[in-house]
Amino acid sequence: MQELDTAGLGSVRVTRQSDKVVIIEKDLATEQMVLAMGPQHPSTHGVLKLECLTDGEVITEAEPCLGYLHRCFEKCCENVDYPAVVPYTDRLDYLAGMNSEFAYAITVEKLLDIEIPRRVEFIRVIVAELNRIASHLVAIGTYGIDLGAFTPFLFCFRDREIILGLLEWASGARMLYNYIWVGGLAYDVPADFLTRVKEFVNYFRPKALELCNLLTENEIFVKRTWGIGIMPADVAINYGWSGPMLRGSGVKWDLRRNDPYSIYPELDFKVPVPDGKHSVIGDCLSRHLVRAWEMDESLKIIEQCIDKMPSAEGFNSRSAIPKRIRPKAGEVYGRAENPRGELGFYIESDGKSTKPLRCKARSSCFVNLSAMKDLSKGQLIPDLVAIIGSIDIVLGEVDR
Amino acid sequence: MGNSLNAWSEALAGFYLFGLPLGLVIIAAIPLVFIALYSLTYGVYGERKISAFMQDRLGPMEVGKWGILQTIADILKLLQKEDIVPTSADKFLFVVGPGILFVGSFLAFAVLPFSPAFIGASLNVGLFYAIGIVAIEVVGILAAGWGSNNKWSLYGAVRSVAQIVSYEIPAAIALLCGAMMAGTLDMQKITMLQSGTYGFAHFYLFHSPIAWLPFLIYFIASLAEVNRAPFDIPEAESELVAGYFTEYSGMKFAVIFLAEYGSMFMVSAIISIVFLGGWNSPLPNLGAIALNDWTTGPVWGAFWIISKGFFFIFVQMWLRWTLPRLRVDQLMYLCWKVLTPFAFVSFVLTAIWEIYIP
Repeated sequence: MQELDTAGLGSVRVTRQSDKVVIIEKDLATEQMVLAMGPQHPSTHGVLKLECLTDGEVITEAEPCLGYLHRCFEKCCENVDYPAVVPYTDRLDYLAGMNSEFAYAITVEKLLDIEIPRRVEFIRVIVAELNRIASHLVAIGTYGIDLGAFTPFLFCFRDREIILGLLEWASGARMLYNYIWVGGLAYDVPADFLTRVKEFVNYFRPKALELCNLLTENEIFVKRTWGIGIMPADVAINYGWSGPMLRGSGVKWDLRRNDPYSIYPELDFKVPVPDGKHSVIGDCLSRHLVRAWEMDESLKIIEQCIDKMPSAEGFNSRSAIPKRIRPKAGEVYGRAENPRGELGFYIESDGKSTKPLRCKARSSCFVNLSAMKDLSKGQLIPDLVAIIGSIDIVLGEVDR
Repeated sequence: MGNSLNAWSEALAGFYLFGLPLGLVIIAAIPLVFIALYSLTYGVYGERKISAFMQDRLGPMEVGKWGILQTIADILKLLQKEDIVPTSADKFLFVVGPGILFVGSFLAFAVLPFSPAFIGASLNVGLFYAIGIVAIEVVGILAAGWGSNNKWSLYGAVRSVAQIVSYEIPAAIALLCGAMMAGTLDMQKITMLQSGTYGFAHFYLFHSPIAWLPFLIYFIASLAEVNRAPFDIPEAESELVAGYFTEYSGMKFAVIFLAEYGSMFMVSAIISIVFLGGWNSPLPNLGAIALNDWTTGPVWGAFWIISKGFFFIFVQMWLRWTLPRLRVDQLMYLCWKVLTPFAFVSFVLTAIWEIYIP
């Protein structure tokens, strides 16, 4: 009789009978299993891959593997003129194209130091906030799916469809708009657009409440998200989190307030942060709640913009657009508050070319996702899904 | 027509194979299979339509009027698909798994009384058999999950087995309360004891002031037993891709799917039989207006039990399209710390009621 130790499988006691080895006793040990979650997995929101080391249902380690949607955004930018970068920015965060364009436009305008007509600013803010609502609707809806509630998703998409219809009416495209140009807009908004937007705002308020009743206040939903994936504020800051993720951890940080751009200083809106009563500060539920509250604030912003909108008389949306963009040599970093956090563009110009020498995008999703390893340690698989959902990643922006 | 059908069935009844009355078995099986297949075909259609109406959609509209033939078209499509067996799968288990699942969910139909005149097998331990035979499904699920040689399938299978085995306890105790009220395990007798001229007032749900508790417990536990939301963690599509049937395609997938809807109808029928009078009409006789008498009979019986079954299927769908999914540990918490103690409480209270209050 002899004892063999097979790697990781526990010890096996065997005996030899003539030339055969007969196992007489097996002391079974459990083994950790590598689980490749994604890139084809329903709840990784695209082509994210998580390599998980699991002990039963418990994740001991999860490593995000990126790059499945890498499209060389930054290299492409170096080879096209400044205005031609705008369509590329749409494809970064394809759920919030207007916001990405907005961030890029204000960055180049900062580099050029040009004045923008006021009506352009108002329209920009309206379409960006509409797109923020659309983006949050996707975030909330897919979060519902991640937790097994399918119906809220379709409610969200029904309402998002109206926003996409409005934006299509203004720009001609449903998702990849190419509407906010450097120095102006592709077109003025159609006549009657603002009335329709106002109608949408009135339509959406009760619908948002319905969504809240169906999903946010659901006992099971709260149980699944309460206290899961808690991120303390200081760690969140160290990771460089931004947007609803950082606000979910209780930090009142919103670039529309803290580093104001466009006409945001003139507008009255709150920066919602969790109060610790509806959720544990920094957990998945807080992040979800922040998004839900933000939709409300966006509606307020849209209403104010419609009221304050300068008239369209003698207005040309392309009047301030430079014929040829050739900035002075220098560098600039411009940033805007996207639905998923801070989207920043770092642009360097050599002063001779009409193309950027370097255009780096600082994407919020990528930074937010980097905390995945910390957040997922020791969680169950269903909780891991809840955490990924609450980070609300768009792989187009993660991989660029 | 009637005569020729009689002659035909008599000829079939006289059909013996190796001394076994095979013909008799077939006569009983034909209507059962039809009931089961129709219930699940239209269960699937109903699921799609109900979910569609809940979600501001139309659902299937193309195949037939209002898409009524959609399920049949789907089955035809699945029949034509390539029958893939993964190379690394355990072929025997992979093939046998869906079969066991299907058989397990359909065997219980044998003891369901569909009308005063029709029951597949009037066993004196019918209820016990129905509880027991469902457990065969566990073997099928485990075979499917393990045989697929896929990590997601394995997770799904293990979760599913843990869930079904746990939830059988509160479910069985809740059904025992019904059996105690009836004093028999024979499904047909349980149903007959609930008939009377006052219609629904004779149902066991209204038999004692605590009868609603086992009713509720059995309904919740049956949701978990047939892997329906909010307890659909074995096939949680956002966590485990598709759970234990991730690797299945074509007809094997269809068989698993049909088995699932078959068991949905089965648990709905059991809850209707034990607590809501089975094929008894819920309408009471109101003096000269003998609603109960008018709506009682073999055909009416089948109508009532199938309607009651469909009502519970509707509630299952309603819950599925409303609620998120519980987590594994929350599911077990609910089973062992909430449902099982309450099931015992209701068991004891029902026993006291049955003994001391005539």
